[in-house]
Amino acid sequence: MANNEVKIDVAKLTAKDFQSDQDVRWCPGCGDYSILAQVQRVFPDMGKKKEDIVWISGIGCSSRFPYYMDTYGFHGIHGRAPAIATGLKVAHPNLSVWVATGDGDLMSIGGNHFIHACRKNIDLKIILFNNRIYGLTKGQYSPTSEKGKVTKSTPFGSVDYPFNPPSLALGAEATFVARSIDREPKHMQEMIKRAAEHKGIAFLEVFQNCNIFNDGAYAPLTDKDVKLDNVIVLEHGQPMVFGKEKNKGIKLDGFSPVVVDLNDGKHSINDLWVHDEKDENPIRAFILAHLTDSTDLPTPIGVFRQVIKETYDDGVENQIKAVTQKKGKGTLHQLLYNANTWEVE
Amino acid sequence: MAQVNGKEVKSLSEVTVRFAGDSGDGMQLTGSQFSDTTALVGNDLSTLPDYPAEIRAPAGTLYGVSGFQLHFSSNDIHTPGDTPDVLVAMNPAALKINLKDLKQGGVVIVNEDSFDSKNLKMAGYSVNPLDDESLTGYKVHQVPITTLTQTALKESKLGTKEVQRCKNFFALGMMYWMFSRPIEPTLEWIESKFKGNEDLIWANQKALKSGYYFGEQTEIFTTRFTVDPAKLPKGTYRNVSGNEAIALGFVAAAELSNLPLFLGSYPITPASDILHYLSKYKNYGVKTFQAEDEIAGIASAIGAAFGGSLAITTTSGPGVALKTEAMGLAVMTELPLVIINIQRGGPSTGLPTKTEQADLFQAIYGRNGEAPIPVIATSTPSDCFYLSIEAAKIALKYMTPVMLLSDGYIANGSEPWKLPNVDELETFHKEFRTEVENFNSYDRDENLARPWAVPGTPGLEHRIGGLEKHHITGNVSYDPDNHDFMVRLRAQKVAEIVKDVPDLEVRGDQEGELLVLGWGGTYGAITEAVDRILANGMNVSQAHLKYLNPFPKNLGDVLSRFKTILIPELNLGQLATVIRATYLREVVSLTKIKGLPFKSMEVESKISEILGGSNGK
Ligand code: SF4
Repeated sequence: MANNEVKIDVAKLTAKDFQSDQDVRWCPGCGDYSILAQVQRVFPDMGKKKEDIVWISGIGCSSRFPYYMDTYGFHGIHGRAPAIATGLKVAHPNLSVWVATGDGDLMSIGGNHFIHACRKNIDLKIILFNNRIYGLTKGQYSPTSEKGKVTKSTPFGSVDYPFNPPSLALGAEATFVARSIDREPKHMQEMIKRAAEHKGIAFLEVFQNCNIFNDGAYAPLTDKDVKLDNVIVLEHGQPMVFGKEKNKGIKLDGFSPVVVDLNDGKHSINDLWVHDEKDENPIRAFILAHLTDSTDLPTPIGVFRQVIKETYDDGVENQIKAVTQKKGKGTLHQLLYNANTWEVE
Repeated sequence: MAQVNGKEVKSLSEVTVRFAGDSGDGMQLTGSQFSDTTALVGNDLSTLPDYPAEIRAPAGTLYGVSGFQLHFSSNDIHTPGDTPDVLVAMNPAALKINLKDLKQGGVVIVNEDSFDSKNLKMAGYSVNPLDDESLTGYKVHQVPITTLTQTALKESKLGTKEVQRCKNFFALGMMYWMFSRPIEPTLEWIESKFKGNEDLIWANQKALKSGYYFGEQTEIFTTRFTVDPAKLPKGTYRNVSGNEAIALGFVAAAELSNLPLFLGSYPITPASDILHYLSKYKNYGVKTFQAEDEIAGIASAIGAAFGGSLAITTTSGPGVALKTEAMGLAVMTELPLVIINIQRGGPSTGLPTKTEQADLFQAIYGRNGEAPIPVIATSTPSDCFYLSIEAAKIALKYMTPVMLLSDGYIANGSEPWKLPNVDELETFHKEFRTEVENFNSYDRDENLARPWAVPGTPGLEHRIGGLEKHHITGNVSYDPDNHDFMVRLRAQKVAEIVKDVPDLEVRGDQEGELLVLGWGGTYGAITEAVDRILANGMNVSQAHLKYLNPFPKNLGDVLSRFKTILIPELNLGQLATVIRATYLREVVSLTKIKGLPFKSMEVESKISEILGGSNGK
């Protein structure tokens, strides 16, 4: 790729270079700050020129993100960021195109664009700021809110079931699916890097606390005392171990994940499920995505799946090249006159 | 009168033929082949395909009838003809639906084989119209087209169904003979269309030839007609449909502006053909993106425009409704974009395959907030080429979305087009902003356009979006005065496009009793009506609007010079309303909402009615 020479002069960039001159206006304490900070920390090392990076967003708290990044940015309309990003990426494939979006924006009004961007494997990086609530419209339940959620629009509790974002992404054939948490900066940085390096659609869900309308939604995953027992960090090629004492593991019983105690004398590390994010078969990635269905199982963070296939944008370029090679570059004259024409004298 | 093979040869100056049959009978194909061949022999022509929304409605039903009308002439013509001279009816339903339109004394050619009791019943005939008085006054030719096709193809390896499907080529062959057209262009077309399937090529070619020879030999036809080439201006011509001309226009616009063309689109009748055509031009670097929905169609185009492409989105009215919010975004972000609306019958799903002009309000006003968009409308198939270029030019020069209106009639209709010399097409290169010093994303040039600074340009990193922008800096601004200022500025920018809008030309006297003012696809019908009025010694003037927002600067003056303004429209008077509101003057509105274009007769009689009461002579 032509990006090799680029690396030399971007090495000097720092996090500060990615901070725009706009005041950040999220509520104090909002998880969005952490995401912004991790992105700004990671981007200098991405090997991309600042001017080749574009952030695109929809509507919602998270969608203010582009204003705070000193890259090119486009604050779009509700739900349409993946579609705007798709047009930009397909038309101008040299750009690194990122989407900042929320659970209402991406999973509700923008659901259609999301699944099709995944299906087509457009080389976009989508970061979902999942706070399980509508923040900007002041606290209605969202498509990722748990059933029974009491909000202004559901005073007696919501009666619908939430989306499971990684499962949805996997179902839509996304080639990279990962998750992180706002309170895990190091992990999030790693995930942002991995997303950036992936060629193809990269979907990164970040559990983000909205301390105004849904405070503590992820407390079991972030509180020091309990988080190690509730979170499992996925690592490629590694057995699935978790727990404060690293004393628990997940074993696959057929298609059923079960938690085993590594100290009970009956189980050893060799019994555990070894995570393979490159598995061509998506079944295990789905099982991982659905660990959250049961309170007995830990919530995974990390890369669920990464597979490689041709991107849509490359497909378009290649087709243009192939046809042009065969037919030759068209001229205006050919355009009009290569038809059934006749002369009037 | 000449004699050939014992048959009379009559020379006509113009003929209108209508092919009608089941939607599965291939009438559109037959009609377009006849049109292409007719164009090649040098007649002027105009076509009107008229087909149901169902792809294959049940055979034999009235609602499944598909028609293709074609008017060709040795003179300059403007419409597909009010009343056909010849009707080819492939079944009783086609006869039933179309007979009422046929000229008194016109020619009816029917596929006799299809007049069985089942088909008659389905068409609602209790008695076979071939046997009673129904067709008195017409010249009826009964031809057993199905049987003749089967006999001709008895050596074919195709199944009975497939053989029967070749009967439209038999009918076409007959018509080629009757109107003295060559069969070679269609033989070649069949060859390339069915490439690789020798059986189909053989069968369809054989059917076509058999139809032609049948015409020559049968006693049924005693007369054969010729229509001399039209005395068109010298040049190279091709036949073109409106949708094809739009595709060509935007590929040309991309070349002339030296920008890559990007189309984001979702399939919708009657606009999909533009997507089909543009998808072929890969070797022009054209990128077409078939989006997941209408909104993604325009949103992707906006993304491409942000990146520096000449971006367009194609659709029809219901699709425009879905794109409305994104159009507002393009207004706010001041990005160049062309939205192409091939209007069809509405509201809602309405009449997908029929024509209408009822989206004018939608085009001019149909967005939330004050969101002005320039609107231009094509009037004929070949006009689509030039107006597509014009739309692109305006979009780029003024950094604005532009709405280009066409309609189902223009889109599917075709006409001979005198090709322009490509060297004479004007280039319009648009400079991207590259200079870092003093860059402000909402700065203005002399046309009030903001700079186009595309991603990839070092030092110009900036953010745009749908929130109100601060004048000059482009930062988000909730300041009341700034909002007031920006709303007026955006309105002013669009209003000032008027400086590029040519003055409205008036055909005929520049002042007087009556001006017929049209827009869009009514051009042909109005022109023909006005021609006839003038030929009858009465006086009327004509003007046709291409720019609907902003209007040409002399429009008010033109209107003031006529006592009466007649505005024929295929809606309930939308242009009439806008004219009344803009110029505070009364106009006469002639409206029709049948999913069909005006017949020139309809416009003519309204003109006569108005002039009748005054001294129009
Ligand atoms: S409302 Fe919630 S999500 Fe929005 S900025 Fe405030 S804390 Fe963050």
